[in-house]
Amino acid sequence: MRFGDLLAFNFKAIRRQRARSIMLLIAIAIGVLAINLLTGIGEGGKQFVLGEFDILGKNVLIMVPGKKETTGGIPPLTGETTRDLSLQDAEAILRLPDVSAVAPLIPGKIEISHGSLSREAFTIGTNRAFFPMRKLELAQGSILPEVPMDQAVSVCVIGSKLRRELFGSRPALGQWLRAGDSRFRVIGILKDRGQGMSLDMNDAIMIPVASAQSLFNTEGLFRIFIELRGLQELDKSRLRITDLLKNRHDGEEDVTIITQDSLLSAFANILDTMTLTVAGIAAISMLVAGILIMNVSLIAVSQRTSEIGLLKALGLPARTVRLIFLTEAMMMAAGGAVVGLIISQVLLFMARQTYPSVPFTTPSWAMLGSITVAMFTALIFSAIPARRAANMVPVDALLDKTAG
Amino acid sequence: MIQLRQLCRDFLVGDQTVHALDHLDLSIDKGEYLSVMGPSGSGKSTLLNMLGLLDKPSAGEYLLNGTATSGLKEEQRASLRGGHIGFVFQSYHLIPRLNARENIELPLVLAGIAPKLRQPRVAELLARLDLIDRAEHIPNQLSGGQRQRVAIGRAIVMEPDLLLADEPTGNLDSKSGLEVITLLEELNAGGITLLVVTHDENVGARARRRLHMIDGAISRDWQTDSAESKSILTAKPLTGKPLTQKTDGKTPGAF
Repeated sequence: MRFGDLLAFNFKAIRRQRARSIMLLIAIAIGVLAINLLTGIGEGGKQFVLGEFDILGKNVLIMVPGKKETTGGIPPLTGETTRDLSLQDAEAILRLPDVSAVAPLIPGKIEISHGSLSREAFTIGTNRAFFPMRKLELAQGSILPEVPMDQAVSVCVIGSKLRRELFGSRPALGQWLRAGDSRFRVIGILKDRGQGMSLDMNDAIMIPVASAQSLFNTEGLFRIFIELRGLQELDKSRLRITDLLKNRHDGEEDVTIITQDSLLSAFANILDTMTLTVAGIAAISMLVAGILIMNVSLIAVSQRTSEIGLLKALGLPARTVRLIFLTEAMMMAAGGAVVGLIISQVLLFMARQTYPSVPFTTPSWAMLGSITVAMFTALIFSAIPARRAANMVPVDALLDKTAG
Repeated sequence: MIQLRQLCRDFLVGDQTVHALDHLDLSIDKGEYLSVMGPSGSGKSTLLNMLGLLDKPSAGEYLLNGTATSGLKEEQRASLRGGHIGFVFQSYHLIPRLNARENIELPLVLAGIAPKLRQPRVAELLARLDLIDRAEHIPNQLSGGQRQRVAIGRAIVMEPDLLLADEPTGNLDSKSGLEVITLLEELNAGGITLLVVTHDENVGARARRRLHMIDGAISRDWQTDSAESKSILTAKPLTGKPLTQKTDGKTPGAF
């Protein structure tokens, strides 16, 4: 039997048994959908985190006030609130020989207005070093000026989206914006870019850190980004910075330094759990689909007993009869796999539209893998029904009087 | 062409052994026209299945074109069936999802013949069977006579040497039955060996050589003049009801 004829013959049989074919299709589709969707989400999250660190660079440490200890120990009973990170701390870190740059960070939300237009914008108090560290590029103008960290200057750099919303097509450079009680002159506009570290830079306004302190009426820094000269002595540098802060904070170790590796390893644990979950769901749905395939195929074989007898009477050898039933199951599995694949890709596309910063895409190994698993499942579970059909004695099969 | 030597076929019914074929000897030459008659359970259908290589003998030997078939593997038997033997069944055994053209084409498809070579052969048969305007109808949309003509088309599309018909008129009214029998006789006139198993005296009487079976053995084997047998039929036209009682209950005029 020619391959094309085999496919056409099976296709007619599949179309004839619409209900059972659709049921099988759905079972397979769910399995393939689960694999593709979950790996897509997992991979998206992973790429998102990796992308963030790609922007930040491996040699950047993040300092957070307070000690987050997960290894036990007695919590501070003194009732003291943890000490803030101050600008002086940041300056002291910058003086260390292995530190090349330090960017303090005070974030907040505040009403920004220009003329009659106003809107609430994400406001970042920082310094000049922040821009190269986060690889922020300018479309127009210049970045924040080189001034001591404790000096307030009434200038700002704004994101492209904020510029559009406040100025429309009019020039923004050199214009004054009102933010709370202060006024800032626009000296730079960022290039359009996607989200980074869950803050949308397109929608942000960046002002000198000292200005942010007075604007938000706060002394403490939310974060300090520390850029090291090299990666070789990362652990030593980290210890040196911790010691420095300990000395400055009356011998108390009350800051946490996050490195890319520590964050990634935490994330890797989550990913591993997720992968196991995916494998579990995929295995269960494929098993269910497989058992369904087997039972439905067994029913089909008994329903088509007289047809099998006829095919044998017409000279079809047993192996071809087996091939017919195997390929029929595999065609349905292929159909289900394609449907599942399409649905998963549509859902991931919608997820990307909703969260543009996270690259939700199924890795190609998962796509190929899910289709292979679906086909393999169909092959294995239709083996018994196909063998039963192949081994039928033609004269017995023909006696079945259900044929039209 | 066909030689059966001491052929036996035993069935186990409960704990009793039934001899469906009991040391049967038979020789059929190429181009013969035989009818097999006899009461139910006399072994007619078993003989037909045996000749069609659908069943294996319990003992004895079946030579087809000089080849001993008992030692053959199922694959080889299948290939012999496909190339040399055509079957016509009482209940047609058409595939319900395929239309008339596709049902006739099926053996060619199964044999892996290229579509280009298949089409003219099927078109020729559709014309010969007077089914051109029914070619795209599925079996449910065809009358019994048309269905049986489709089945005959399917049986001869591979140009077999031997045509085995098991109650070919059993489900048909007399007019369609006569058409079908006439068609089979035309094929026999073209050289094909024809064997018809039937309950219908009028159908059986048309054959040149008539076998009568009782209890798995041939009780009578006689030749009739074809002219004489035809004259019987013209003298006694078929009545509205077929004599056979083997029916699926769907055919009009059946019990």
